[in-house]
Amino acid sequence: MSDTLLDMKNVMIEGRSDRQWKPIIKGVDLSLKRGEILGLIGESGAGKSTLGLAAMGYTKGGCRISGGSINFDGIELAGASNEALRQLRGKRIAYVAQSAASAFNPAFKLINQFGEAPVQHGVLSKAQAQSDAIELYRKIRLPNPETIGFRYPHQVSGGQLQRAMTAMAMACRPDLIIFDEPTTALDVTTQIEVLAAIRDIVREYNTAAIYITHDLAVVAQMADHIKVLLRGEEVEQAPAREMLSNPQEDYTKSLWAVREFRRAPRPPRDVNETPLLVVENVSAAYGPVKVLNDVSVTIKRGSTVAIVGESGSGKSTLARVIMGLLPPSKGGIVYDGTALEGVGSKRKRGLKRHIQMIHQMADTALNPKQRIKDIIGRPLDFFIGLKGAAKDARIRELLTLIELDPDEFMHRYPSELSGGQKQRICIARALAAEPTFIICDEVTSALDQLVAEGILRLLDRLQRELDLTYMFITHDIATVRSIADEVVVMQHGVIVEQGTNDDIFTPPHAPYTELLLSSVPEMDPDWLSNLLAERAEESAQASLT
Amino acid sequence: MNMNSIQSIILKRLFSGLLTLWIVTVIIFAAIELLPGDIATEKLGQAATPESLAAFREKFDLNRPVVERYISWLGGAVTGDFGISLSNQRPISELIGQRTANTFFLAGYAASIAVPIAVISGMMAALYNGSVFDRVLSGTTLAAISFPEFFIAYILILVFSVGLGWFPSLANVDVDTSLGERLYKTFLPAMTLTLIVLAYMMRMTRAAILNLLALPYIEMAHLKGIKRWRVIAVHALPNALAPIINVIALNLAYLIVGVVLVEVVFVYPGLGQVLVDAVSNRDVTVVQAACLIFAATYILLNLLADILSIIANPRLLHPR
Repeated sequence: MSDTLLDMKNVMIEGRSDRQWKPIIKGVDLSLKRGEILGLIGESGAGKSTLGLAAMGYTKGGCRISGGSINFDGIELAGASNEALRQLRGKRIAYVAQSAASAFNPAFKLINQFGEAPVQHGVLSKAQAQSDAIELYRKIRLPNPETIGFRYPHQVSGGQLQRAMTAMAMACRPDLIIFDEPTTALDVTTQIEVLAAIRDIVREYNTAAIYITHDLAVVAQMADHIKVLLRGEEVEQAPAREMLSNPQEDYTKSLWAVREFRRAPRPPRDVNETPLLVVENVSAAYGPVKVLNDVSVTIKRGSTVAIVGESGSGKSTLARVIMGLLPPSKGGIVYDGTALEGVGSKRKRGLKRHIQMIHQMADTALNPKQRIKDIIGRPLDFFIGLKGAAKDARIRELLTLIELDPDEFMHRYPSELSGGQKQRICIARALAAEPTFIICDEVTSALDQLVAEGILRLLDRLQRELDLTYMFITHDIATVRSIADEVVVMQHGVIVEQGTNDDIFTPPHAPYTELLLSSVPEMDPDWLSNLLAERAEESAQASLT
Repeated sequence: MNMNSIQSIILKRLFSGLLTLWIVTVIIFAAIELLPGDIATEKLGQAATPESLAAFREKFDLNRPVVERYISWLGGAVTGDFGISLSNQRPISELIGQRTANTFFLAGYAASIAVPIAVISGMMAALYNGSVFDRVLSGTTLAAISFPEFFIAYILILVFSVGLGWFPSLANVDVDTSLGERLYKTFLPAMTLTLIVLAYMMRMTRAAILNLLALPYIEMAHLKGIKRWRVIAVHALPNALAPIINVIALNLAYLIVGVVLVEVVFVYPGLGQVLVDAVSNRDVTVVQAACLIFAATYILLNLLADILSIIANPRLLHPR
């Protein structure tokens, strides 16, 4: 038995678009020993997932492996028959997907989905699979391991589902697991538990893994080696610690540098100025479910207020209340001294113009059937009343403002733009109404770090030039640190702590803020181990006293 | 969300179904009522004496106020008594009872052939999506619905009855016909109906499954090394049930309501024949009864489909 488990040589993968084959992976080598974890990082579109799936001999629809060799423990996967591949998948090579919520079949209980691969591959009987599932659920520290498997996917939280999926991948005790961004969709506090669980179980069974992510700090915790990909080509590969402390290539260095963005300082403002927007004791609910409870926030003109919290903390609901999309059950919104109607459609058009919103998913926020000039032209027409040549001129101005070439972009459709460009169009659309206040709802969380940084720089510049006020909703603490004047920390629909950027980020913190801050992964490869040891010690002490 | 919520959703659907049915009864009754002319004069002709007209009105209960007559008609209809035929003075239930049963028998016969074939071939078409098999199946079923049903009926008669002599061209069954004989005699009409409804159900099954195949959990099943056929049957089909159930219900309703032409072609003693006769004889009470049966079938089948789709949704069936 050789020590090398997976040996991919000069792998080339093509994808079909516009009726021709275009290269996605352009000759990458990848080698993995038994029990070793390789971190695969890069921006979206770098081909990380494509390469990871190729290690299973699998390509997404419309793609094909066009060259090279993929040798898994002496078996050549490139060009192997479907039946031969099928017998390996799930049994010797398993896969953990990014979104467990969509990768579990909604129609079946977790434990039956766990048992499917071992039963179908003839490894275990159904009863054996069930008891094994409970065993693994316990090892991966799921609550109520005896009963949780008998739930349906929608009855289990995201972090638990992700762990259940890791357990499912382990069902046949594979030699290799491909983890495809397994914690990207999770909150930082949940991410820690999942990372620790994955790391422990992979070590216990000496399973080799390819860990795909765009988060450098995460990969630093998980991987023995790190490989950096850019546009389908390898940039460099090195042992994790070496790569983190001493990256060789410029591209890798630029990835490492992203976290250092700080915005330009602002000139001081008149303290007695009327606040631009005041949220006064707002409570709101979706039907019987209470989401916001007595929330008050004051936002000064020209400032950036960051709203931080996990998913379900009520951040986005607060935005909906301010926009008038969800009338509050108690309290109200005061804009520039004027109380706003709870129902947005009752607000005057002139007033609505001042408050604009930029959404998280630029993909779904743009009408795919409209050209860019129509998307930006609509608010110009609706709010400002511009028509014809004046409107076209203003569209050009706005596109220039967001650093896109008007001649090139005006007549395009959203599908012809990259993710960052789409988000810029969303910003231009918000600016078209000439607002004073813009709500940015997770505007950078779907973007790669380099692209996200570009958007942050743009928003920063626009704020200075146009005297804009931002409410910035995010779960990314690094972003908050770099752009916010004031920070509001939310949990379960109430405000836990609020204050200036420095106040919040200087200890002592409120307990929840402390948890949130300490959960943000750091580049130090020992961070996770240290943190877990620290927390274990704290809880041990707490139980003593 | 709790278990009560699915019950309350189903109760709401039931209630709205019954409400629709009631509105339909009002419309059917009112429509006949609003027809121009006097029923008695229409039936007895211009030369009728005032005495005979009065006697006719008395006999058919036409003198009482509309609302009163509606209520007693509705009360009768609920218990299966649709009143008396204007043409031959016999109780309608006696006239159409056996024929209704015949129509339902033929529809059930056709459905029990069509539904399994449609669902299985739809799954096969999804499995071999884009293959020759898929294209031939789609093409032939599309051709089958493109022809009018009487045309298909005559082609089947020409081939299987006149040409090969395997099946009779007349489906003349009566109460004494044994089940085996009945199935044999009604095979050609059942095949005609099958060919007509097959395409919709098969294409919907195929489309509903194909829609799901790009989803992450289907990809996950492939990556677990599950056989393709099992991925389609076990992972995709249960999640595609709602649209499939709905299109099946619509087609079952069509099998009962839309069989008139097929029954006439095969001289099958079903409701269709009665309806054709009643319309040509201006026998409005029979038309009323037939309309009510058709409408009730349609509404009840769709109601059933709605409820089954709700139950097929695990999020509703197993709340948090």
